[in-house]
Amino acid sequence: MNLNNRKRELVKEFSPMLEKTSLVSKIWIGFLIAIILVGLYAFILQVIKGHEVTGMRDNVVWGVYIINFIFFVCISYSGAFISGILHFLKTPLKNSVSRIIEIITVLSIVIGPVFILLCIGRLDRLHYLFLYPRIQSPITWDIIAIITDLFGCFIYLYLTFIPDLAILRDNDNLKVPNWRKKLYKFLAMNYQDTPTQRERLHKITKTMSTMVIALAIVAYTVLAWIFSLTLQPGWNSTIFAPYFIIAGLYSGVGVIIIAMYLIRKYFKLEKYLVQSHFTWAGLVLLVIALLYAYFTFSEYFSKWFSHKIHDTDLLNTLFTRYFWQFIFANYIGVIVPLVILFVKKFRTIKAITFASVVAVLGLWLNRYLIVVPTLETPYLPIQDTRPEYIYYSATWVEWALSLTGVAAFFLFFLLIIKFVPIIPISGIIDNERDELEKDENLNKNLTE
Amino acid sequence: MENNENKKGGTDRRKFLKLGLLSSVTAVAGTSLVSNLATDEESKTSGEKIRLLTPDGKMVEVDADNINKYPEALITPEESRKGIPNRKFVMVIDLAKCKNARKCVESCQKAHKLDHHEEFMKVQLIQNNEEGSPYWFPKPCFHCDEPPCVTVCPTGATFKRDDGIVLIDNDRCIGCKFCITSCPYSARQFNWGHKDKFDDKSQPYSPETSVPAAEGTVMKCDFCPDLLRQGELPHCAKSCPMGVIYFGDKNEDIVTNGEETVRFSQLINDRGGYRHLEHLGTKPNVYYLPATNRQFPLERGFGDDEEINERYKNVPYVQELKKQGKI
Repeated sequence: MNLNNRKRELVKEFSPMLEKTSLVSKIWIGFLIAIILVGLYAFILQVIKGHEVTGMRDNVVWGVYIINFIFFVCISYSGAFISGILHFLKTPLKNSVSRIIEIITVLSIVIGPVFILLCIGRLDRLHYLFLYPRIQSPITWDIIAIITDLFGCFIYLYLTFIPDLAILRDNDNLKVPNWRKKLYKFLAMNYQDTPTQRERLHKITKTMSTMVIALAIVAYTVLAWIFSLTLQPGWNSTIFAPYFIIAGLYSGVGVIIIAMYLIRKYFKLEKYLVQSHFTWAGLVLLVIALLYAYFTFSEYFSKWFSHKIHDTDLLNTLFTRYFWQFIFANYIGVIVPLVILFVKKFRTIKAITFASVVAVLGLWLNRYLIVVPTLETPYLPIQDTRPEYIYYSATWVEWALSLTGVAAFFLFFLLIIKFVPIIPISGIIDNERDELEKDENLNKNLTE
Repeated sequence: MENNENKKGGTDRRKFLKLGLLSSVTAVAGTSLVSNLATDEESKTSGEKIRLLTPDGKMVEVDADNINKYPEALITPEESRKGIPNRKFVMVIDLAKCKNARKCVESCQKAHKLDHHEEFMKVQLIQNNEEGSPYWFPKPCFHCDEPPCVTVCPTGATFKRDDGIVLIDNDRCIGCKFCITSCPYSARQFNWGHKDKFDDKSQPYSPETSVPAAEGTVMKCDFCPDLLRQGELPHCAKSCPMGVIYFGDKNEDIVTNGEETVRFSQLINDRGGYRHLEHLGTKPNVYYLPATNRQFPLERGFGDDEEINERYKNVPYVQELKKQGKI
């Protein structure tokens, strides 16, 4: 059959990515592992010496760890959200990006929670969360949400892998070690791409994608509630849950665009990741940027206008000590992407990627400004002489572990796309099959 | 202040001691206190029999010598969750009398084996508004009736007891710090690193004493339930030279600062007692009497310890004083 040949062709096309590791890749992997090793050292130091080695103290008890946690977890939720929605869209464009998004989703939901573990003073007692659970605590809700989301995303990712794993299994020309062939065989679960199997898999994936959207919304909300259910002036806000959804999507789409750019350039996939991918993603980012700006404005404007004393204290801190961070996070981080994405002329692949980088960095800083200044301006003024207890500044241990999170993200990404083709082959085949069927129908109609 | 009713009620701390004698454990420990007072530390002669009420309601005679070994009546983490029966502890802090003598802080630190900067009781300098005159504001844990810290704890390591006290079981605490961020009064502290004192196991751990503390867990003011069981006042109330801190039982409607015993409701009514940040709805069990008719000028609160004075440098009034060269 024509399509089987096509499968072979495609595998051949993608086989360099799967078979060989280029020198550049090796250097990258070595570099990433080096960062991770430094992070591991920092982690061991933190375990041995306690949280003293971090910049966190009694007032600012949560620092960059929890910011990274929100950041990664939000990227994951938005990835789930977007790939869930993509599944319902009928466009050939979606095939090239769907796997990138799904991998981002799964990796960030694996890495994000590690950061919350770094915040915990007694990791040796982690099992107490299950031994003595208290369902009243928003942390318990978050644990349930994250674990459910983790499983949901894994299943979803796996379901989308199955047809490709089957193709790889059936292809004898692929020069990969035996264990990998065995693994393909095992993981493909005897999928033969028969119409009934295809139908069944499609149905399950569709159900899962609906569930993943719902899961993402619940998980976003619960995450926002960790902050907004407390009494703290900067956190106790009713719009936090939707705000977190929008902010999460903002960074999520940004990271997807950056990933598309890197993969396109690095693996020379200009044929599959085209300008219109970037344009469309850029337009989505534009809409979300507008919403995000609107939410950010509402949040701070109402605080400023009603000027309750503790809100004013917080705003004063934001506009004095954190002036430039605030400007970068909430002005530059929104306006620059808005301008680039709004003007048609600017919508080149490079510019859109640049806008995404600005957006993602701005958003990270925006999260920082939600967490840290709030903790630095409690209801009762901090009266202390120890500078580290008054102001938070992250130590090298915290930065090292933050970078480790990013490095681990890249490393796992590289490893996953060495295992499965980054552009779903089965998706290309499906599209071509649809085309063929359409043509056949057309021919039939013409002959009749 | 000069209230007849108050005087009628007020004799001395003994009255408060009597309150504590109802519960069985208190009875045991309370007697030990009495015997401690009665006999010299040296002369613990046996032979003297004391009658006691056992937990199951029986009257027994025990050698006085044995009782003295009992005050450490260890309340295990499990037992500490129950609270002292029929009690509803309440604290009233008279801001008019506070001159930042810091005796409450120091005695609390000593009793809970805290380091210099670890303070369960903090004395803050508060200036409500630019015109308002600043005042010293001793701040323990407020032991709220709607404690946000307890609600958010994922393992039940911090809990609210029937007698109103909010305690932490540091054997249970996983150190997630959510309680610290949810407390609007900054009452909680975290043990960021290891300290030698954590290894001192000479005193078995009890949430009621908060000693020994443990690395990676949260600690805070505990209202000294170990003393309450013995019918004594918490360390801060006992040590205050000005009698600023009244402590007592809301059920009995009595509070005492060790010198005078007064009706709680009347004290609050007559002196305009209030709770800090009432609008947050946490329903604290610590009340404040406003700093009217101050007994000391504020400046007396600035002592010789430069480090302590430096803490208040951001208060507008202090900046004003500095400008004038008064401190």
